Amino acid sequence: MSAQHTTDAMVNSAVGIELRRGTLVFGDKTVFKNLDLDVPAGRTTCLLGPSGVGKSSLLRMIAGLSPEAKAHKLTADDDAPIQGRIAYMDQRDLLLPWLSVLENVTLGAKLRHEHPSREKAVALLRRVGLEDEAEASPAELSGGMRQRAALARTLMEDRPIVLMDEPFSAVDALTRLHLQDLAAEVLVGRTVMLVTHDPLEALRLGHRILVLRGEPAQLAPLIEPAGQPPRPAGDPALHGQAAGILRDLAG
Amino acid sequence: MQTAVRAVVTFVILLAGWQMVVWITGVAFFILPGPIRVLNSLVQNLELISVHAATTFLEIVLGLIYGCSLGMISAISLSWFPKVRHWLLPLLVVAQAIPVFALAPVLVLWLGYGLASKVMMASLIIFFPVTATFLDGLRRTDPGWLDLAHTMTAGQSTSHRWTILRHIRIPAALPTLASGLRVAAAVAPIGAVVGEWVGSSAGLGYLMLHANGRMQIDLLFAALFVLAGMAVALFFSLDWLLRRLLPWQPDSLPND
Repeated sequence: MSAQHTTDAMVNSAVGIELRRGTLVFGDKTVFKNLDLDVPAGRTTCLLGPSGVGKSSLLRMIAGLSPEAKAHKLTADDDAPIQGRIAYMDQRDLLLPWLSVLENVTLGAKLRHEHPSREKAVALLRRVGLEDEAEASPAELSGGMRQRAALARTLMEDRPIVLMDEPFSAVDALTRLHLQDLAAEVLVGRTVMLVTHDPLEALRLGHRILVLRGEPAQLAPLIEPAGQPPRPAGDPALHGQAAGILRDLAG
Repeated sequence: MQTAVRAVVTFVILLAGWQMVVWITGVAFFILPGPIRVLNSLVQNLELISVHAATTFLEIVLGLIYGCSLGMISAISLSWFPKVRHWLLPLLVVAQAIPVFALAPVLVLWLGYGLASKVMMASLIIFFPVTATFLDGLRRTDPGWLDLAHTMTAGQSTSHRWTILRHIRIPAALPTLASGLRVAAAVAPIGAVVGEWVGSSAGLGYLMLHANGRMQIDLLFAALFVLAGMAVALFFSLDWLLRRLLPWQPDSLPND
């Protein structure tokens, strides 16, 4: 199976992220200062924290979308630049309304003047369950379907690092569970950094969970939950842990 | 469809009211002719009116083509060159407040009594709304789309500014451009007719002035109705076309 093949190749070429002394200042507000972060290769790292603490800013900084941010070092762990090796997925699906679902999935290739592989795009759409919607316009899709199309577009980029900013927060609870399972399945072997405000989501998807808090914000390693993601949503132990994290975040 | 029926019914009622006013007040036909007399005049002078309508139509269409093209080109240039924009944008905003109609005599002086001065007049008044709306649209691209494009093209050697303009900024600005084009279609006939009033030997504006001078008020009204019909038809065909071309555009008109 070609999908399996891709996954194996990903595991071998997976790279981590190294950030040293990252600093972000907006006006007179220091979001974080001299922040160090290591995202291990081929695993999913979830970043939790109260809203407004700078989780998204940190993610955007790694994605190269924050020109204000400065860092002593921001590279992949093979010391090569991170630029061009990431795929970014936002809370909003960011589908272009004038393109079909398929054209949205192949947008990156078009912007890079490459010839996108239609077969690969169709295969990815099948994998996220949208094979019948390839020619549809994004406006015809439900919120969950749109986010699945965005996931297919992210996978189409075929980058070793995937940065996700609360990717499932805009859909209903049931759709969110399905999307989490799907994401865990299709992102196996990639270096994923996922920002979320939902402790349960972090516990379901993360190999490792970090917490960002304080002002200026500091990173604290929190837990490495047992077992492999995606962990079952109905697990009472998971809910107990989530409640504990919530208490911790509030206090 | 229902809207169209309602519009026709309202229009017929207004015509009937107009005819009633003429009958009740017994106003002289060379001051205010009734709609029936206007219709008669239209039928009798159909050939004359058609010839002049063709001239005005040509002026409007050419004005639309030139004005819209120039407006779009300048909007893209202004969004491409920030330095030029910093210098020209304030000027453009101020220039919108200038009554362009006041230029009509000068345009006729420079470009003559023929087609050119009217096309220029129409282009000029179209130019500003098209430039302003399109530029606005180009500058208000959803930052999320630009971020996405940035991560997709990062690390590439070539510059992707043009690609992003072409594939993201311009399509994203089309709905705002469309509203500028609608304004253009609505004001283009005004430009052409004002040009004709100032100095011409053909066109519906000329015919109206001519008829007014000879107390042929029924002919004046007939020409006016043809002009109005033309303007309305132009606006709605453009509107229809834009809706077909930009199906993703949210319908801005409330349905109730």
